[in-house]
Amino acid sequence: MLAKRVIRLIEDIVGAENVTSAASDMLCYSYDATQQKFLPDVVIFPENAEQISLIMKMANVENIPVFPRGAGSGFSGGSLPIKGGVVLVTSRMDRILKIDEENLVATVQPGVVTEQFQQAVEKVGLFYPPDPASLKFSTLGGNAAECAGGPRCVKYGVTKDYIIGLEVVTPQGDIIKTGGATMKGVVGYDLTKLMVGCEGTLGIITKLTIKLLPLPEAKKTMLVMFDSIDGAARAVSAIIRGKIIPTTLEFMDSATIECVRKATDLELPEQAQAVLIIEVDGDSDMIEKQAKRILEIIQPLGVVATQIATTPEESEDIWKVRRSVSASLRNVNPDKFNEDICVPRSRVPDMIRKVNAIAEKYQIPIVNFGHAGDGNIHVNIMIDKNVTGQSEKAEHAIEEVFAGALELGGTMSGEHGVGNTKAPYIPMELDPAAVAYMKTIKQALDPKNVLNPGKILLENAPKGLE
Amino acid sequence: MSNHKKLADFRADIDKCVKCGACQAQCAVYKTIKRESTVARGKIAIANALLDKDLPLDKRFVLDMSQCLLCGSCFDKCPNLVPTDQIVMAARREIAERKGLSTFGKAITSVIKRPKLMNTLAKSSDHFGGILFKKIPDHSGLRLRFPLPFITTDRSIPDFTPTPFRERYPQPIGGNTDKPTLSFFTGCMINYTYPEVGEALVKVVRFMGFPLIIPQDQGCCGLPALAAGDEKTVDQLADANVTAFSCNGQNDVVIVTACASCYSGIGERYRAMGKDYAQMGDKVVDILKFLADNGLVEKLQQLPRWKETKRVTYHDPCHLRTQGITTEPRAILSALPNVNFVEMEGADKCCGLGGTFSVYHYDTSREIGKRKADGIAASNADLVASACPGCMMQLQDSINHAKLPQQVCHVLELVADCLPDS
Repeated sequence: MLAKRVIRLIEDIVGAENVTSAASDMLCYSYDATQQKFLPDVVIFPENAEQISLIMKMANVENIPVFPRGAGSGFSGGSLPIKGGVVLVTSRMDRILKIDEENLVATVQPGVVTEQFQQAVEKVGLFYPPDPASLKFSTLGGNAAECAGGPRCVKYGVTKDYIIGLEVVTPQGDIIKTGGATMKGVVGYDLTKLMVGCEGTLGIITKLTIKLLPLPEAKKTMLVMFDSIDGAARAVSAIIRGKIIPTTLEFMDSATIECVRKATDLELPEQAQAVLIIEVDGDSDMIEKQAKRILEIIQPLGVVATQIATTPEESEDIWKVRRSVSASLRNVNPDKFNEDICVPRSRVPDMIRKVNAIAEKYQIPIVNFGHAGDGNIHVNIMIDKNVTGQSEKAEHAIEEVFAGALELGGTMSGEHGVGNTKAPYIPMELDPAAVAYMKTIKQALDPKNVLNPGKILLENAPKGLE
Repeated sequence: MSNHKKLADFRADIDKCVKCGACQAQCAVYKTIKRESTVARGKIAIANALLDKDLPLDKRFVLDMSQCLLCGSCFDKCPNLVPTDQIVMAARREIAERKGLSTFGKAITSVIKRPKLMNTLAKSSDHFGGILFKKIPDHSGLRLRFPLPFITTDRSIPDFTPTPFRERYPQPIGGNTDKPTLSFFTGCMINYTYPEVGEALVKVVRFMGFPLIIPQDQGCCGLPALAAGDEKTVDQLADANVTAFSCNGQNDVVIVTACASCYSGIGERYRAMGKDYAQMGDKVVDILKFLADNGLVEKLQQLPRWKETKRVTYHDPCHLRTQGITTEPRAILSALPNVNFVEMEGADKCCGLGGTFSVYHYDTSREIGKRKADGIAASNADLVASACPGCMMQLQDSINHAKLPQQVCHVLELVADCLPDS
């Protein structure tokens, strides 16, 4: 509980109507997509960097933790108020400030929803590629803080490749600018890259300068079914080895296909043990050639059927298969641990074999799908928490999945981030000196540890797996 | 034993919410207010907390549950298909049961339960006219609507008709006896405020040759009472309607509606209530779907095209969209010889009326309507057609506030316009 005096201070800064400590609001800002629950003491809706600056100064004086939050759709707990205190929501800072068509750069506030931004730039023939599955509701500020990815990142890279400048409120309340609107810039440390992906532990993003591309002319979508999981996994490596980088290269294993079959009317033949959804974009001529070449490369790897979309509607039908996965998983088991490991692309087949062995060992279903083209596989460990012993099995399985990815030269998170959920596993991936280096940065910038404490680095971070 | 599910009966559905946040992309109320308590994910957390006794049933709970249009958009796009609209309605029933009906709920339910009072109000509406009603500019037929709490300072409210629609057709209207008889459930708005929609239906059904009856003892579909959480009134109205539509022993009767809300109120809802209600609910068809399925589109295509056509766009009423009726109205509009049909941006987005919602939250409702008006303006249409009198009223209000020139009408009116007078 915060003292009334502190609440009044906060109200003076952001306006009483933008502060709430009502019980139902505390509940509504206690969760994210990880389904953990941590009640804050107060939720605030500031409207500019100056207010946020004053809030951080107050937080340092009063020793109150502050947790920045966009849409609350994260998969690692990055926005959760795990120590109570203040949840700072960016929803009122939701304006696109400028789309500069001469320099292919846009300036936005952090609360802009990603899809709205994409639609706005596409109207003038420009393109912002990062496309996390949550793009219809997640915010650019949140995407930047977590360095979100998405299917298109195979070809176009992730959020950090598009953020070239920021305005940030530091943990102690200074307002700084990093980078800028130029395509090059090497003066000083690259604080932009440090901030993107820091999960809101080193600063609160209040403005973003974003690089844009020309909108590709056309795209072509293909759905290819394989008779073995290995064939599909090898196809991923073969396409990359063939020096073609598709826009997306999405993978679904047999367990995923089974889920989709059970939950929808979509036609997927019995022999199909794995599916790749491949999309290419660019000039019409070029994509025809690329599509043809891809099909040639993968044909010997056990292709049982191929669907090639010739209209946007047919393309949409193919994506429906992919999008129906998430909902249909619930038919396997009610509780899901969605890990987003990433391995070097050539090791995708090895990783799938490892995951299948882990599923076999613990006798729990593991469903794999995701952005295989960049080695980023979503490993979904499906359990029923009400069945005794399953939660423990899942914990062991998660640890082995992480270990497996690391053995192959990969990482335990490609795009979801660490938050509080993966914090306990950090020592598996980072060596002690690297962890110490990061801690030194955090301690120097946030000596009182008031900005998003308990995320990424803390020892004994709460697991919160209720 | 209640005919309606309790909030606690939705426990399994509530547990299905995985807090992914996808509902934020759908909810018109959330997009306006931008507070988590307004979006499905938040409402589910709040409803769950009430069941767990972590939150009291207080004023704030009533406010949170009132901030829902019941438009069903969140359910449509929910990865786990959590029926938040049903959960909110159950929560409202819980409120009514534990706290008694709210003042608004009492007001609206007391009128819809008593058709006579409503007739009186309708017939005396001229008396209210100058003081309470803001006239809709330039369009005589659309100035009709209940005198109840919609009376806010600057809402465009339609007037009442001096002769309620049903009174105009006490006798069956003959047709081709080989064809099934249509039994018309008019709903309150067509009966009292948009009789021209009823007249259009009569003309079109005659043209198609179906016998038509308009049962005189029918009442309100119960949707406003349902939205207010008043299950007792819903049940009383349902009993009266089941009796009125027993259809004189004829079993092959099709019950048609021309109001999307009524379609939901006596269709979807009655089917969920089981028993006799479900038997009636099973017979209910939206008139546009019925006509499209029975050859109207082909007949319209044979008519000579008019030299001057109107540019017309279409708004999807939530209560048709969520039942999958989206292509039929468009097929009819596209086939009309007097219409040049164009799509508008956001055609499938809720107009913002949400039944009781706009009474409690007129400012938010107006904000939502403003976005709708943007899509209408960009479409450059002359007319906005829809299939629900509630939407029609709200759309006209939004258009008037945006100072746009468009008029709103029912698809049936456009169809009737191009048919020869019989």
